[in-house]
Amino acid sequence: MLTPRIIVCLDVARGKVIRGTKFSADREVGDPITLAAEYNHQGADELVFYDITASAEGRSLFIDVLERCAEQLFIPLTVGGGVRTPDEVKRLLRAGADKVSVNTQAVANPSLIHESAQRFGSQCIVLSMDILHQGDHYCVVTHGGRQRTDLDAVDWAKRGVELGAGEIVVNSIDADGTKEGYALSITRQIAEAVPVPVVASGGAGKPEDFYTILVEGRADAALAAGVFHYGELTVPQVKDYLKHRGLSVRLDIAGLQQGEEN
Amino acid sequence: MLAVVDYDAGNLRSITHGLRLAGVDVVITSDPALVRSATAIVVPGVGAASDTMRNLEQRGLVPAILESIESGKPFLGVCMGMQVLLTYSEEGGLHNCLNVLPGVVSRLPEGVKVPHMGWNQVRHQGNHPLFTGIPSGANFYFVHSFYPNPSSTSDVLALTEHGITFPSVIGQGLVMGTQFHPEKSGNWGLRLLRNFVEICREAA
Repeated sequence: MLTPRIIVCLDVARGKVIRGTKFSADREVGDPITLAAEYNHQGADELVFYDITASAEGRSLFIDVLERCAEQLFIPLTVGGGVRTPDEVKRLLRAGADKVSVNTQAVANPSLIHESAQRFGSQCIVLSMDILHQGDHYCVVTHGGRQRTDLDAVDWAKRGVELGAGEIVVNSIDADGTKEGYALSITRQIAEAVPVPVVASGGAGKPEDFYTILVEGRADAALAAGVFHYGELTVPQVKDYLKHRGLSVRLDIAGLQQGEEN
Repeated sequence: MLAVVDYDAGNLRSITHGLRLAGVDVVITSDPALVRSATAIVVPGVGAASDTMRNLEQRGLVPAILESIESGKPFLGVCMGMQVLLTYSEEGGLHNCLNVLPGVVSRLPEGVKVPHMGWNQVRHQGNHPLFTGIPSGANFYFVHSFYPNPSSTSDVLALTEHGITFPSVIGQGLVMGTQFHPEKSGNWGLRLLRNFVEICREAA
């Protein structure tokens, strides 16, 4: 049986990991390779590198970071941030990404999902969506949360899968940085509406939040950044809690006696 | 020297470095002559079976791979690089594959999330040297929508569950393949690559 994934997200700008709250207030927190190696050691199930500059110069630095990480880390790496064309998807895959996430550009040009999935396979195309609570539903927002669209979150997730996305990341702008828990009901609605894995993002503060979104929210994976970067939680703390609550989690050689897995 | 076959299949860095950590010389190549001269072959891969076969054929790699396998050199296929070992794949219509291991590649069933993406347990069927030092039930990283189904149960080396129980490691003699990605499976994955390198050393 699949184990629920704990994913650590690293926002990278000019070759450094940055963390902001509600997509603002940038603050430098460290070297991406060092942090990535630390999370690998902690037993993170996957890492996400998000290029939050996406200028030509920033992208070159980002590619360099990615190449070095792929040579040193042996867990899945997902990358995203400003991806506009299938050729850019290819460049990131060649540099060491296992999956590439598209967001704003996929809203502007949905064929980006379709063409990329056709060329590289659905398994490496992730549709990441930033969503905002509005009235009785959630709408999709773009440009890092600054621009609202008319798209309904559930409709857009279904459309993304039809176009070829192999995974959906649901990032709640309302919950992001609050540490008050993931956006439960919308994550569950999307997880029940699409046949592909769903990753919950935004709002993690304590181990219970992970359990709740994975069990009640039906998410296949839970992503977090800040709580891990500032040492408020460690990946083993979260996994120990999940295991204590009866979920099966992945433990690596570093964290277990031989034969103890499961 | 071990050849990692490059047919434009995405990320080759992790598998190449994983093999180098095991202390073997690795060349990444799409040159059939280099593939023929290698002492062992690793075919990685993601994507669709038809594209993979076409990419291998266009580069003249199919005869080189088959000759190498026939001459008894160790072969490791990963994900799509494993699936092409079977007779044919049902992905996107019927597509002929290499027919090294008789059998078919089929789609995972409805009712579970597809792609099967994430960490899942690999249960050994017998004591294959590929599993030395790795407990049965250890988690490996999967990302795929189709699975291999060899005709002969003796070609099934390990099983995994996702909706159904499917073969996650297959092989016959020195030909081996994993549905999961050892190069993305943390320390257990690195151990499996080291075990393959050890098998290559003993075969040399």
